[in-house]
Amino acid sequence: MNRLLGLIEALGAVVLGLIEFTGELAIFAVSGVLYIFRPPYYPRLIGRAFMEIGYFSLPVVALTALFTGMVLALQSYTGFSRFGAESAIASVVVLSVTRELGPVLAGLMVAGRAGAAMAAELGTMRVTDQIDALSTLSTQPMGYLVAPRLLAATIALPLLVVLADILGVMGGFLVATRKLGFSSGAYLVSTFTNLQAQDVVSGLIKAAVFGFVIALMGCFNGYRSKGGAEGVGTATTSAVVSASILILALDYILTQILFVK
Amino acid sequence: MSATPKIRIRGLKKRFGAKLVLDGVDLDVARGTGMVVIGGSGTGKSVLIKSILGLVTPDEGVIEIDGEDVLRAPKRRARELRAQIGMLFQNGALFDSMKVWENVCFGLLAQKRITRRQARDKAVEILAQVGLDAAVAGLSPSELSGGMQKRVGLARAIASEPAIMFFDEPTTGLDPIMGAVIDELIVDCVKRLGSTSIAITHDMASAQRIGDAAAMLYRGRVSWTGPASELLTSTDPVVDQFTHGRAHGPITMALRK
Ligand SMILES: Nc1ncnc2c1ncn2[C@@H]1O[C@H](COP(=O)(O)OP(=O)(O)OP(=O)(O)O)[C@@H](O)[C@H]1O
Ligand SMILES: [Mg+2]
Repeated sequence: MNRLLGLIEALGAVVLGLIEFTGELAIFAVSGVLYIFRPPYYPRLIGRAFMEIGYFSLPVVALTALFTGMVLALQSYTGFSRFGAESAIASVVVLSVTRELGPVLAGLMVAGRAGAAMAAELGTMRVTDQIDALSTLSTQPMGYLVAPRLLAATIALPLLVVLADILGVMGGFLVATRKLGFSSGAYLVSTFTNLQAQDVVSGLIKAAVFGFVIALMGCFNGYRSKGGAEGVGTATTSAVVSASILILALDYILTQILFVK
Repeated sequence: MSATPKIRIRGLKKRFGAKLVLDGVDLDVARGTGMVVIGGSGTGKSVLIKSILGLVTPDEGVIEIDGEDVLRAPKRRARELRAQIGMLFQNGALFDSMKVWENVCFGLLAQKRITRRQARDKAVEILAQVGLDAAVAGLSPSELSGGMQKRVGLARAIASEPAIMFFDEPTTGLDPIMGAVIDELIVDCVKRLGSTSIAITHDMASAQRIGDAAAMLYRGRVSWTGPASELLTSTDPVVDQFTHGRAHGPITMALRK
């Protein structure tokens, strides 16, 4: 009986903790978004965050997209050739990349790179009192540290995904024409006849949401980290893990909203 | 109304989880004077000044700056009142992603009192006041020694010529000479600007150099206040044990219980 009560109590504590956490996250997110629109604006910091998130993620995202496109072509060839539907390869590649794999893989890569870096940077600033120091120097830490990163990530991710889309299709094209013996003209034609603007746009919408989530989790975990170097490490890990899970979960929800009519 | 203290604290309480850190602190700091707060490690000295700064939210009590309660004032007004405080953090808290000159002029730039173009020259000027060479301006905080970091922190705190200054252990970890130099800088800055200051210190020599009045924080309260010059001669048993660093006395008795 006592053990049962203990169990219920522990469960209650977990649920309460979860509700509290969600509440704090929501308040943090809303406040961060409000500060994007509230002066003073920090164009230099937005630019720096944009470089950090967008520009320096280019190589990782490009390689990931290229190989994914290549693998997709190869896999669908071995799968579909049994049913004699090689021509479907082009559309499988382009649709998977633009709708799903471009945004999701770019999101996961950027979460691992830039999200982790944000959490580590803000976490270090927190445990060394630098965030407190900001507010004693007439600066709102939310406006100075969080808002520029949220904005930069929300813009940078769709741009990265445009690149991922192009390289993904190119990877598929390379494998299909060089290895599987397709004619390049026919491959390109079936790529574009099956592609609709909506496929690309929905992928970019996903990307913007994922970018926001990556920056949000990076900033949130960094901002509330405590307890020295270990706390910063924990914050970094949680930032990457929570952003990755949220990306996958939101991907499902967004697909449901964007495609299922 | 010249008797209104610059800072007036009444019944300030703060609890972290099960741990009651501040248990009804009362403290007055008269305009234009220096207050030294002493007390053992972990007695809540940093929490006390962070409460005044609004970095820690107290559970109960009153904190008045210029006679206005910052805990109950509208947000904007509270921010204005607190904007007159310059702070030297215990560990420096220099922005390590910026050069020294950007650190020093950060507050001035944030308040748009100078342009970025003027900032570097201004920083060199302020660094000179704390005895640092112009060459330091272009370095990163991580390239400085502990003593230099303290002085850059001091330069950053005084850059906007604040009416109130807080110094959290300004001389801890410095050699005695550097400690004396920093004390002199603090006294000099405070005198020149006519500011009101609160300094936390474990160093009695330093306390007497920079303080007019002193307060002993003990068991979450101010257990003794008096002129800083009486710190070493006070008959209060807690102050006596603390200032003379005696191993036996009321403070250690309480620990054993
Ligand atoms: N944000 C916080 N969360 C939880 N506990 C805290 C927090 N800040 C301070 N404390 C606790 O409050 C107590 C007082 O801390 P504080 O930093 O004010 O001590 P201090 O008097 O400045 O000590 P020192 O002389 O070592 O700097 C400590 O026990 C500390 O663990
Ligand atoms: Mg302290």
